Amino acid sequence: MAHIPDGILSAPVLIGGAMLAAGGVALALRGLEDRAIPRMAVLGAVFFTGSLIAVPVGPSSVHPMFAGLMGLMLGPGAFAAVAVGLALQVLLFGVGGLTTLGVNTVNIAAPGILLGWLLGPMLRCSTGAQRAALAAAVGGLAVLGTGALVALVLALSAPEYTPVSRVMLVTYLPLALAEAALTAAVVGFLARVQPEALAPAGAQP
Amino acid sequence: MSLAPADLRLRLLAALALAMALSQLQRPLTAALALVLLAALALADRMPAERWRRLLHVEGFVLLLALSLPLTLPGPALLHLGPLPLSADGFARAGLLALRISAAALALLWLLGGTDPMRLGGALRALRVPERLVRLFLMTLRHTSLIGAEARRLQEAMRARSFRPGSNRHTWRSLGNLLGMVLVRALNRATRIEEAMRCRGDAGRFPGSALPPPPARDVLAFGLLLMAAVLAVLGDRM
Repeated sequence: MAHIPDGILSAPVLIGGAMLAAGGVALALRGLEDRAIPRMAVLGAVFFTGSLIAVPVGPSSVHPMFAGLMGLMLGPGAFAAVAVGLALQVLLFGVGGLTTLGVNTVNIAAPGILLGWLLGPMLRCSTGAQRAALAAAVGGLAVLGTGALVALVLALSAPEYTPVSRVMLVTYLPLALAEAALTAAVVGFLARVQPEALAPAGAQP
Repeated sequence: MSLAPADLRLRLLAALALAMALSQLQRPLTAALALVLLAALALADRMPAERWRRLLHVEGFVLLLALSLPLTLPGPALLHLGPLPLSADGFARAGLLALRISAAALALLWLLGGTDPMRLGGALRALRVPERLVRLFLMTLRHTSLIGAEARRLQEAMRARSFRPGSNRHTWRSLGNLLGMVLVRALNRATRIEEAMRCRGDAGRFPGSALPPPPARDVLAFGLLLMAAVLAVLGDRM
């Protein structure tokens, strides 16, 4: 859905994306204790396998991205988890691209991290319907943010992509709805079973 | 003889160089030539049919982009679709896009499609990728199959209780519970892994010595591929 392959974007966009992603991954690694690596790796594996589950939406189905959930559970560490997940997808399935690894990482990780940072604190101390609504907002808006970034990098790459990038967001609506519902359900489950899982490791005393 | 370097460090670098060069080609002719040349190299290497088939995978929005270009680019019309003119320029751009995407994808499938990602750790470290990122990469890869098996077991249990996915709240809640359960188990697993690693004296580094320098044959193959990438870009801009 958001895996831009090699051969579409222009060089300046690719270089800019790679630099932003490198900065994000460096930030993620700096805050990562050696002891927290297994947690991030196993959670990364969950999000990687979870994105293979088909969620029915109307007549078709979508594959969730879990960018919002990653932002909530991993914080800025999601940059590293997303970069690793995308690299694995290139190597294992041939989906995505090498030159676009940076751009794709930023597109998927940044909205989730931002929303997790903005809404996470409120979400962690709310309950019931309010918690569900906040979780749905994090999940759904993260998808729309990713869609907007994909449209933006296309429009920045070549003027002839602009008309498509305008209608692109519409195609992200079904995924955003599914992701909002799923994120609300997962957050509700975790809040009941293991509430400390909803914060990045080391974020709380 | 194969032009793909056997050494994984050089193989990664060659794939990156080819992807960078091919994705920036501006003329359909050079892109088509590059695609034919790569297809010949991959054929000579007996690339398995399963990897060729992956070339057919197209992301939805890429399809949307290619289909819309003849409609949206101004210029003399090549054909008419009802009242809508389809411009020749648009077809040329869409064709160039398809050639570039295919050529870059073929380069990656040819050079990296057959590598076992588990063996990439040493190569990535030799290429100065930060140690922690390499550890994260290998540990994520190592646990995808375990977590995948766990998720499949839970999904089978749901099916055994005649769960059928549809677009309704029940489905979303059930899938949310499924994923939540996988996450809870994963966190417990991570704690156990971390304890086991500390018990074995984990020092935050993989033990082992640096890789030996690549054999001359691989350096030659890498040089040829790099030269081809540079020539493609230069020929394209002339």
